[in-house]
Amino acid sequence: MLKCRTVWKKLAPLARDSSTLCRQDVRRAGLNNGSAVRVPAAHMSSGSAGGGGENKLYVLLVGAACLGGGIYAYRTVKGDQQRYMERMAEISSRPHKAASQKTAVPAQSEPPAAAATETGTVPEPKPGAAPSPEEPSPAAPGAEAAAPSETTEPPPVDSTPASTKVPSHAPYLLIGGGTASFAAARSIRARDPGARVLIITNEPDLPYMRPPLSKELWFSDDPSVTETLRFKQWNGKERSIYFQPQSFYIQPEELNSAENGGVAVLTGKKVIHMDVRGNKVKLDDDTEILYDKCLIATGGVPRNLQAIERAGEKVTKRTTLFRKIEDFKSLDKVSRNAKSITIIGGGFLGSELACALGRRSADFDLEVIQMFPEKGNMGKVLPEYLSNWTTEKVKKEGVKIISEALVKSVTYKDDKLEIQLKDGRLVKTDHIVAAVGLEPNVDLAKSAGLEVDSDFGGFRVNAELQARSNIWVAGDAACFYDIRLGRRRVEHHDHAVVSGRLAGENMTGASKPYWHQSMFWSDLGPDVGYEAIGIVDSSLPTVGVFAKATAKDTPKAATEKSGTGIRSESETEDTAVSPVASSTPAPAVEQQRDNYGKGVIFYLRDKVVVGIILWNVFNRMPIARKIIKDGEEHADLNEVAKLFNIHED
Amino acid sequence: MSSVREEGKDQIIFVTKEDHATPSSAELIEEDPSDPYEQQGLILPSGEINWNCPCLGGMASGPCGTEFKDAFSCFHYSKEEVKGSDCLEQFRAMQECMQRYPELYPQEDEKVPQEQLSETEQTTQETLDTNSTSNIELDSNTTQPNTDSSVES
Repeated sequence: MLKCRTVWKKLAPLARDSSTLCRQDVRRAGLNNGSAVRVPAAHMSSGSAGGGGENKLYVLLVGAACLGGGIYAYRTVKGDQQRYMERMAEISSRPHKAASQKTAVPAQSEPPAAAATETGTVPEPKPGAAPSPEEPSPAAPGAEAAAPSETTEPPPVDSTPASTKVPSHAPYLLIGGGTASFAAARSIRARDPGARVLIITNEPDLPYMRPPLSKELWFSDDPSVTETLRFKQWNGKERSIYFQPQSFYIQPEELNSAENGGVAVLTGKKVIHMDVRGNKVKLDDDTEILYDKCLIATGGVPRNLQAIERAGEKVTKRTTLFRKIEDFKSLDKVSRNAKSITIIGGGFLGSELACALGRRSADFDLEVIQMFPEKGNMGKVLPEYLSNWTTEKVKKEGVKIISEALVKSVTYKDDKLEIQLKDGRLVKTDHIVAAVGLEPNVDLAKSAGLEVDSDFGGFRVNAELQARSNIWVAGDAACFYDIRLGRRRVEHHDHAVVSGRLAGENMTGASKPYWHQSMFWSDLGPDVGYEAIGIVDSSLPTVGVFAKATAKDTPKAATEKSGTGIRSESETEDTAVSPVASSTPAPAVEQQRDNYGKGVIFYLRDKVVVGIILWNVFNRMPIARKIIKDGEEHADLNEVAKLFNIHED
Repeated sequence: MSSVREEGKDQIIFVTKEDHATPSSAELIEEDPSDPYEQQGLILPSGEINWNCPCLGGMASGPCGTEFKDAFSCFHYSKEEVKGSDCLEQFRAMQECMQRYPELYPQEDEKVPQEQLSETEQTTQETLDTNSTSNIELDSNTTQPNTDSSVES
């Protein structure tokens, strides 16, 4: 301002002079015709220098300079304004291009509202277009020019319906739509009234339970079971594998408006990036969702054998990695058409599928082979004597067992798959089911900055299942600290339920550690049904206490006890007649000794019981849980076994 | 007589019914009913309702969760002679809500909620470990016969 004043002060006399000069020129010009005498006087009084010609030139120069300056200034200002308008238009159209469906749809469905946001009067929470609302607000005129262009631009049809469904903020965000996630959702809703929970899953299905996929669904009499996915429970009642039907959930777009909140499931979407500082995640369609509390329950992906992976498309096309509903459906179809199926893997999943398919083998003229590196089924879980005994039972289900088998290579030849084993054996089959373990899904670890455990895999969390502030992990993907049993990672259904529920409790303010020990179970044929708890690792020393078989302990009794559908009546009559007698010519006492009909097996670590299997003995899990929780050293485990009352029903 | 056998690191014991007839000498640590870590039953030590009890199934978390909580809370704290007689409004609201979701709340349970709730209260107050003795059929356990597990359906 001062500068202006000084400049003005300097220019003022000049201006006065030039204006006087102009006037004098005019007068001179005008009076040249008249009297020239009066002019000199006037001229003199102004006091400015220079003769007439010089003055003219001077005036001309100054005038020209002023004019030039004025024109330049005007053009610059106008140009700047123009550029500014263009920039604003460009910026407001950018989110439109990047996610054109989002701005276009609200623009289409609520044109006045869209115009309002463009003018910046109302900060509307536009789905996913978080950055754009701020920018258009200052450029009112420019934006108005931009808005009509946005509304007229046609959005891509396919993404339009998806975009409307995604809320931009979810107080409780659960990544993964499996058992742990559902258990957490239920827990959160129970404890936080009106909670709004959003589940994001990359599967097309609502949350469902996995155990029936390898057990009950295979034993259903219903021919449409692959569509209904319903099975009969132990109490005779039928239910679906889905935890809840569609009506239980609310639509994602209703999440923030529903009066009492609810659980919404977003299917077919994958979370690809997690910004922990910003408390938000990004989906595979570039949508961003803010969260307050987040649960990672991403489960895992079935492992594959290297031999199969490098064998080429013809082999991988004929291989099933069993985990999801679609795998069940495709394997069901295969089992009806193929002549031979080979299951690689001798653990829970492999053995259960082998038994399920073995049962079908008679009806469908199907050869079922199961191969694994261990000596017997469940070789890593059961002590050797029991594993061998179980293997014999699995064989009776119609399965051809190839034990101590290490796969070297797999090739496709003459419309058959040829599995070459390292010891030289060759197995020819139509289809392979690989049940060789689960790779926990830790894709988000990098972007979220979460620790991954190198011993067990999975996200490393503390005893309260927390990874970092506001982030919890539950289910198969969680490597957690178990106060009693040490750090571990558990891949069982009940653990997913227990850990999911616990995570939900802790997300709603509780600070409870993992304490209620989860259990697991398996059924392999009419004679083998067991429940287990804790660390059940065959490398640990074990003490097994079995009931001496009496006439009353028939497999049929066990059938009724366990009540699962797989123990068909006809089969039990058969096996009851000739258990081990035919194979061993030993006296009756020996026969009874080797009949592990029912009992309890204790797994010890430093003389403390860390795991228990209830072998064909049911409804005693609370006692087992108590023993593990106590963590005491018991001198005589036979005395502990008495607590289970194994001779009773 | 029991027979004992060793197979490497594994010990195998066969016992008859008589062998196990005498009481066990194994000692178990006494339970603390107010242990905060433990999975609680329907009623917490403080007297409040544990909405997260597995025995309730999905009742407190579903679309009618709020109505259910209101009705059951009212019932639980009711001091009337006929327990819950002052809660008819809440129960009506709950039934109304449930009727809108026949898939989730099968119609035969219409009259049952109030009776079932009083049953639940009695049985769970009697037992320490509610997991194994819940007789509510709201959301029955899934596959294994042992209702003890915390399986959610």
